[in-house]
Amino acid sequence: MSQPQNNHKAAISTRSLAIYYGDFRAVKDVDLNIVPRRITAIIGPSGCGKSTVLRAFNRMNDFIPTCHSEGEILYHGHNIYDSDVDPVSVRQHIGMVFQKPNPFPKSIYENIAWGAKINGYKDSLDELVEDSLTQAALWDEVKDNLTQSGLSLSGGQQQRLCIARALAVKPDIILMDEPCSALDPIATLKIEELMRSLSKKYTIIIVTHNMQQAARVSDFTAFFTMDEDRAGRMVEYGETSQIFTRPRKKQTEDYITGRYG
Amino acid sequence: MSIVDHPLPRQSDIVIYRKPRWTEGFIHVLLFICGSISILSTISLVIVLGHDALLFFLLPDVTLVDFLTGTTWLPSIGKYGVIPLVTATLITTFFAISVALPLGLSAAIFLSEYASQRTRGLLKPILEILAGIPSVVYGFFALTFITPLLRTLLGNDNVQIYNMLSAGLVMGIMILPLVCSMSEDALFAVPHSLRDAAYSLGSTKVEMIFQIVLPAALSGIIASVILAISRAIGETMIVALAAGSGSSFTFNPLNAAETMTGYIARISGGDIAYDTPEYNAIFAIGFLLFTTSFVLNLIGRRVTSRFREVYE
Amino acid sequence: MGYIQPTYQSNSGIKQRQILARYWSKIFLGSILIAILALMVMLINVINDSYGYAAIEYEYDPSIYTPKPIEDLNKVELMKLLSENLSTYRWRTIQQDVSIDQLEVDEIRELVVEELLKPTVVASYSLIPSLFNRTEIHQEINFYHPEARIDFYSWLDFQFLIKSMSVVPENSGVRTAILGSLWIILVAGIFAIPVGIGAAIYLEEYAPSGKFKKIIQSNIDNLAGVPSIIYGILGLAIFVRVLKPLTSGTIFGLELSTGRTIISAGMTIGLLLLPVIIINTQEALRTVPMSLRQASYGVGATRWQTLWYHVLPAALPGILTGAILAISRGIGETSPLILVGASSFINKDPTNIFSNFTTLPLQIYYWTQRPQDQFRNTAAAAILVLLIMLLSLNAVAIILRNHYSRQSRP
Repeated sequence: MSQPQNNHKAAISTRSLAIYYGDFRAVKDVDLNIVPRRITAIIGPSGCGKSTVLRAFNRMNDFIPTCHSEGEILYHGHNIYDSDVDPVSVRQHIGMVFQKPNPFPKSIYENIAWGAKINGYKDSLDELVEDSLTQAALWDEVKDNLTQSGLSLSGGQQQRLCIARALAVKPDIILMDEPCSALDPIATLKIEELMRSLSKKYTIIIVTHNMQQAARVSDFTAFFTMDEDRAGRMVEYGETSQIFTRPRKKQTEDYITGRYG
Repeated sequence: MSIVDHPLPRQSDIVIYRKPRWTEGFIHVLLFICGSISILSTISLVIVLGHDALLFFLLPDVTLVDFLTGTTWLPSIGKYGVIPLVTATLITTFFAISVALPLGLSAAIFLSEYASQRTRGLLKPILEILAGIPSVVYGFFALTFITPLLRTLLGNDNVQIYNMLSAGLVMGIMILPLVCSMSEDALFAVPHSLRDAAYSLGSTKVEMIFQIVLPAALSGIIASVILAISRAIGETMIVALAAGSGSSFTFNPLNAAETMTGYIARISGGDIAYDTPEYNAIFAIGFLLFTTSFVLNLIGRRVTSRFREVYE
Repeated sequence: MGYIQPTYQSNSGIKQRQILARYWSKIFLGSILIAILALMVMLINVINDSYGYAAIEYEYDPSIYTPKPIEDLNKVELMKLLSENLSTYRWRTIQQDVSIDQLEVDEIRELVVEELLKPTVVASYSLIPSLFNRTEIHQEINFYHPEARIDFYSWLDFQFLIKSMSVVPENSGVRTAILGSLWIILVAGIFAIPVGIGAAIYLEEYAPSGKFKKIIQSNIDNLAGVPSIIYGILGLAIFVRVLKPLTSGTIFGLELSTGRTIISAGMTIGLLLLPVIIINTQEALRTVPMSLRQASYGVGATRWQTLWYHVLPAALPGILTGAILAISRGIGETSPLILVGASSFINKDPTNIFSNFTTLPLQIYYWTQRPQDQFRNTAAAAILVLLIMLLSLNAVAIILRNHYSRQSRP
């Protein structure tokens, strides 16, 4: 399995990860070392298990009753699926941004502050809110309307609010599950810029359908596909420039040049 | 070839003009009449209640002010103050809601957030059975089980044989399924993505429920409580059997007191003569009940439709 | 160990939070268990009152009528006993119901026991003490009622179903009440089901969306929330009083001079059920996908053809379920019929829609109110009958719905 050349210590890594829905194996044999403080994109055709893998990173799959996994996901030396690991604290460190913007039906301020509050944040919430919104490039647009409902914002603003909300918990890793799929091109561009600036401080893993997006924003790219048994599998993983210009595998090349299927 | 096989239709063969369809029209009218009957029944309700209530207020010794402010209800000696009936109604309703809201809401949370599909399939029918039991059976339960229980627990001297507490508690059990199923609908309407978002911020399940899901479902829950109040105010059989007959102005829930519905049931249950003050009083109280429940339902449904708008 | 150390929230107290979460989840589960417990206690309470020991005494000793034991008398002797000792008035009343000559000997013997010896239950006990405190109960009865015979009494037995009302609890039955309930629900169903379905079809498929439709819709929603006793007031004023010539049957030449008849009660219950049926039917119609209607219109069907051949068949299980649930609600309604019915003692079977009536829930209400303990037993037995009726109706509805939802699953 090809792995990135730079031999950083991994932010999070998987060891022969396989994920099942009931008896159906949705993903198999994933060995992936995510490079810290970089953006890693996971691309691949629909149904190849990209989102499933992403949701495994912060145990969001726990809420799908039939879903279980084999193998390991190592985070700071712990397998996050070990029985003594608390999924809630995993999620405090590994935040997530979802496909559709999903702000809470609360004020903008409360949207940001809530996660920090429940996690026992003691310092000034005002500062935290401002800081998070600034990082998410939303502060200037909303600073006068912090008491307004989060639902009153436009789609792109809502998604940036969701990013700010994730930042306020001070996570280590941010997972993004097709964060721009519900947005128009201009809003998409803004989110992409934002991701670039966030990558200086956070490790970001993004699942995307959009290959251009992967090429534009990510440092590393993992390409997944489906085998005959419909189980998703990682085909190739490497620096984005390499994957898009000199793919080592035929399947990768077919996919990125649009000859897939 | 094919042109020969399938000649173009002649223009005269194509008739697209409007033609009379008598059955269609007849059915339309019939269905319209069906739809209008409900309006008719509302109109007759208003006329009946209004007309006979008016007769009551036109009685020489009845005034609207006395009716609304008097604290003695004894039509036989010309005392027509509705307050004792209203307080008894409010006290039983209060206890009913104190039982139904916490239990019903908790049960709804369990069903919507915790129960697996199988457990839900098992528990929901039980709640439906509870909802389907006629209120007279609840009345029997209140009188023959809860009241003796209360008297054992709190002392025979303190608890009267007929008392508002017993009626209120049992009424609470009766409307629990209503609160539960409406609240569950409200909880269910909260998008799943909000729960995901809360979890992804490191929240525990209970924090997610109390701080995200419940606030988001609040208007639906409030609506369920409003409708439950309306049900409790209009409930008759439990109070007729367990709360006592004969009005009394008391705030002690362990005492007997007659509610508005209880009075109507008692007076009409005997063979009373038409057009006596007692008889006309039924309509005045009925009018009060009708308007109260009407307004409560109206508010309840306004609130419900508002929470639907937010998420659909 | 195993907990990953937080970056800033070193004191976020994750353990306490998790403990709190578990604690609350038990409260949620507990609430639903309390509801189930309440249901069980209710049922046990009713069953408890329906069976148990009873002490039975004869008001008159057999020896005052005949030296021979009653069991040994033949038909002629029994007849003689009856005709000699019964008042002529009572004799005539009994003759009105049954002709005594044609009865079997056992039936006449029962009549003799009932009419002349007048057995009365002087004490009755619930099931649970009857099972666990047998000896104490026997001692108590022997002490207070040394003459009495001790029987394990099933208040709900076949006799209970076929006997009609009586002033004596142990002679009471629910036949009149069951027949009354059935007659009334029949009238209510015949009125409310077609009209309700028709109104729902009008609202869902015909009414142009606009102010008029909105008014009807909100009116129906409000009617569904009106307390049922208000419908009783309506029924009393309209059917019993205003329409009295019609509902008492006088314009059809009947002698009965009261409007408190089955037709009045049935129409009252029908009006009460109408909004329920309309709302349920509307919901069923809404589940039929628009594409089905479009497909039908697409091949040139009229609106009614589309409805009749496609929409209604697809919605039928939902409509039926709704109607059954409405019917079972109608059977259990009590308060409106207190106003419409009013007369508390009827022991004549209803024969037509202009008969006077009593119903099962009304009977339960009257019995529960009575001061004699034994009427509590008959009330409990009547509740069992009512609940069995309603549960079987609900079971049909649930089966129908489950069957339907399985079918419609993709």
